[in-house]
Amino acid sequence: MAKIEEGLYYSETHEWVKPEGGEALVGITDYAQHALGNIVYVDMPEEGDEMTKDEEFGAVESVKAASDLVAPVSGEVVGCNAALEDGPGLLNSDPYGNWIVRVKLSDASELDTLMDAAAYAEFCEKL
Amino acid sequence: MGFSYFPHTDGDIREMLGRIGAGSLDGLYSDVPQEFIFKGEFDLPEAMSEMEVRRRFAEMAERNRKLTVFCGCGAYDHYSPAVIPYLTSRAEFQTAYTPYQAEVSQGTLRYIFEYQSMITMLSGMDCSNASMYDGATAAAEAMMMSIACTRKKSRVLLSRTLLPQVIEVVRTYAGYHGVDIGYVAADGGVTSLADLQGQLGQDDVAGVLVPSVNRYGIIEDLSGFADAVHAHKELLMVYADPSALAVLKTPGEWGADIACGDCQSLGLPLSFGGPYCGWLACRKEHVRKLPGRIVGETVDMDGKRSYVLTLQAREQHIRREKATSNICSNQSLMALYVTIYLSLLGKEGLREVNALSYGGAHYLYDSLLATGLFEPVFDRPFLKEFVLKSSLPAAELQQALCEGGFFAALATEEGYLSFCATEKRTREEIDALVACIKDFAHKMHERK
Amino acid sequence: MKYYDKLIFELSKPGRKGYSLPAGKWTATLSSIPENLLRSEPAPLPEVSEPDVVRHYTNLSGMNFGVDNGFYPLGSCTMKYNPKINEEAASLQGFASVHPLQPESTVQGCLQVYHELEKALSAVTGMAAFTFNPFAGAHGELTGLMVMRRYHLDRNDLKRTKVIVPDSAHGTNPASAAVCGLQVVQVKSTPEGLIDVEDLKSRLDDTVAGIMMTNPNTLGLFETEIREIAELVHGCGGLLYYDGANMNPLLGKVRPGDMGFDIMHLNLHKTFSTPHGGGGPGAGPVGVSERLAEYLPDPKVTADADGVYHISRSSHAAGRVSGFMGNFSVLVKALAYIWTLGRENIRMAGPLSVLNANYIKESLKDVYRLPVDRVCKHEFVFDGLADTSTGITALDVAKRLLDYGFHAPTIYFPLLFHQSIMIEPTETESKETLDDFIAVMSKIAEEAASDPEILKSAPHNTPVRRPDETLAATKPVLAFNG
Repeated sequence: MAKIEEGLYYSETHEWVKPEGGEALVGITDYAQHALGNIVYVDMPEEGDEMTKDEEFGAVESVKAASDLVAPVSGEVVGCNAALEDGPGLLNSDPYGNWIVRVKLSDASELDTLMDAAAYAEFCEKL
Repeated sequence: MGFSYFPHTDGDIREMLGRIGAGSLDGLYSDVPQEFIFKGEFDLPEAMSEMEVRRRFAEMAERNRKLTVFCGCGAYDHYSPAVIPYLTSRAEFQTAYTPYQAEVSQGTLRYIFEYQSMITMLSGMDCSNASMYDGATAAAEAMMMSIACTRKKSRVLLSRTLLPQVIEVVRTYAGYHGVDIGYVAADGGVTSLADLQGQLGQDDVAGVLVPSVNRYGIIEDLSGFADAVHAHKELLMVYADPSALAVLKTPGEWGADIACGDCQSLGLPLSFGGPYCGWLACRKEHVRKLPGRIVGETVDMDGKRSYVLTLQAREQHIRREKATSNICSNQSLMALYVTIYLSLLGKEGLREVNALSYGGAHYLYDSLLATGLFEPVFDRPFLKEFVLKSSLPAAELQQALCEGGFFAALATEEGYLSFCATEKRTREEIDALVACIKDFAHKMHERK
Repeated sequence: MKYYDKLIFELSKPGRKGYSLPAGKWTATLSSIPENLLRSEPAPLPEVSEPDVVRHYTNLSGMNFGVDNGFYPLGSCTMKYNPKINEEAASLQGFASVHPLQPESTVQGCLQVYHELEKALSAVTGMAAFTFNPFAGAHGELTGLMVMRRYHLDRNDLKRTKVIVPDSAHGTNPASAAVCGLQVVQVKSTPEGLIDVEDLKSRLDDTVAGIMMTNPNTLGLFETEIREIAELVHGCGGLLYYDGANMNPLLGKVRPGDMGFDIMHLNLHKTFSTPHGGGGPGAGPVGVSERLAEYLPDPKVTADADGVYHISRSSHAAGRVSGFMGNFSVLVKALAYIWTLGRENIRMAGPLSVLNANYIKESLKDVYRLPVDRVCKHEFVFDGLADTSTGITALDVAKRLLDYGFHAPTIYFPLLFHQSIMIEPTETESKETLDDFIAVMSKIAEEAASDPEILKSAPHNTPVRRPDETLAATKPVLAFNG
């Protein structure tokens, strides 16, 4: 059973969002890391790139699979987690402790379109 | 019945059909609409015995004229050691598939790893893939790779001094791939840095491809190119003859981000244009966009050093329409030719090959000018290949040379005559070529 | 035998050499090249003797497994026997020493090979014309799609930007379409693994450039609705592309041209017996129907009435896809194969490959799960062991087969099943070989129940065992660095 953390927002493509002021951290869920297996590379955008909700902003690769990262919210990328460059496996060992990008939210109301922990748990149950 | 490639006896077929529960071999096609079963006679010759096949191919091979090659233009008549065909024809190399099952493919995986290493040594780049089809398609992949590396940009510039077939293939790929191609003008036989600078900095330029040794045989001086290109966050791509890189400044030293070319000059037979072996290499930061197979080193369950296909998440069988390229295979066996060639020639031998080619080509150049029938076009340094101007009629000259047993003086688009001499060409052969040209000029003169 | 663990670089010693070149007595020397055009350090290539090189690569070959070593039932790869007369023909000096830019009159023998092979392949496939410039199957696909686009563009039919690809297709199909600037639209498979014709109908309109199909498909099943599919696609103005990766079972029996396909490629290294070479060189000639012939890429070989061959260009050509004219020596091998088979024996090639595949399938379907139980063509797919309680995966079965001296089948493809094991025996394997394979596969199924550990830790008898792919991809080491 995949772990789900309370207090985060979740997308149907298994990204999580943690708002912090006008910004938010974005990562992938335990369910996603489990489905991919050993993650060997995270293709991240560059700081200053704009990401648009529901559009791809990078990819996570395992040995024999690759999955696009789909933006759960829109905004400017203000930070990328450099630790993932040398340690992509961090997403396997602690998916909620390791964010991928920090975004300056352009429309905070987009958070309302995402699921809370309970709704995401129910969503995963049905998969 | 009975045919040497099919082991089945009539009894085998009966027994096997029995196990399957089919009445006949035709019964195995009962799912195919009967109108699609081919019932006619194939328009093919009757089966030939091995002796007949041997004779027919010998006859065709003899229909080609044996010529002494004094031309390059992308395919070079270099010496190839006897060891190469001996080793590359080993069945374990030749009849294996792509090394998916690493446990029974360490032979292939190791030589590809060696090949990749040697390409990085020659090119001064960080990473090489396991090889491409040929130089022209490697250049096309480099073009698409530059688009993938820079995201969102859609224009690539090509130097007018690249080989014509390279330009044509890159342009074809670009046209379908939605990439706009621009050209950097030639000035005095080399890529114009001034013209390039005028075109850089337009928002949509992803990169520029320039040759190391160009279509006229001239060694280009790429000083200032990398700085100019990088100032606009664009990529410098260099097309190079890997044989020449034993002595010439490497793409890495020129500051290239991506480099490519054709390995034919490293021990591969001319073989009417193929199979050859393209090479493609890049700086470390771009390796995830490098198309094609890549072999990496790792350890096995018991801690033994071993080799595997790696970074596969880039590839078509995983990314499907999102892959950088559709390429599945490499030219593995040709990469083995290259690897064995470079092992034999090694650090010193490849330099000697260049020194001998240089000496012979310059002797040819001087001898041709001494006839008074040719004029220099560009006064620039060259290695083994050069162009000259002449008032001799090109087509007739080439015809006469063929009759004399030479392939030389290929006319370029600009009307120059192209010549090349590798380490295989002897003084006697060069003297004979020059005599044949003089003889032709003499006859032309008499005819007038 | 002792495990051989050297790289050529580790045999290097300064002062050794593995070549002999003539003493050049030229006056011009490299020192006259301006310093700034020369590399600063020599390339650190190995310095080894000739015997070192021969022994090293002979030892490496000992760690490889080819068709000549044993049974290679790799699904979708058609690992048939590679005849040796083909190799002899291709290495004739009269072919090997020809420069690709030599004048036509001096290369009539080479051009004849193109002409003869075009005739032969047209006869076998029912297509009208071929280009031999593409180097491989994927390259052929891309070329074929370029022809498709050029055809529509040439008719000023600019809206056709989509290509339909079944969800069961090889990954190459959508990748080729994307490289060619086409948008991929997936069509669903029915539970029986065939194209869902109703789903197809819903996707057809005047933006469709064409459909890419393999027939038989990646499950080895013949697309029985092909007539209707062809009518539907042609009806909306699209073209049918035939991916020749699965042509082998149809060889001598069914011609793609007769089924309504407009464009196709062939993998000469599959159906026409040329060796795979550890990943290449292959050849991916593209055949087209009459109305598309002028769109084939440049240059092309033509014959005039006097039997003289020419290299020609077309003003409608889809462009140029290779530096010269493809992998010529591979073409020689394929032609030698076809001439050896002749019009009589070619009729048996497809049927015997289908016989072999069905024989294995029927012999093993009680111990391995067969998701679609009907007559297959050249290959079929098991979805793991019939007994799913053991936890044994397709990977475990594949690795254990290596211990028993067989190459593994293709695994985890097609993606329609979780434990795909895709088996393609080809027509050049004897009943005895198949019986041995069947016995070993049955034994592995028994081991799965009695001794699963031996499968999970397999292979045991190979030079290396399950290399760590995660390490390789996380910390890539892609070149030797001292």
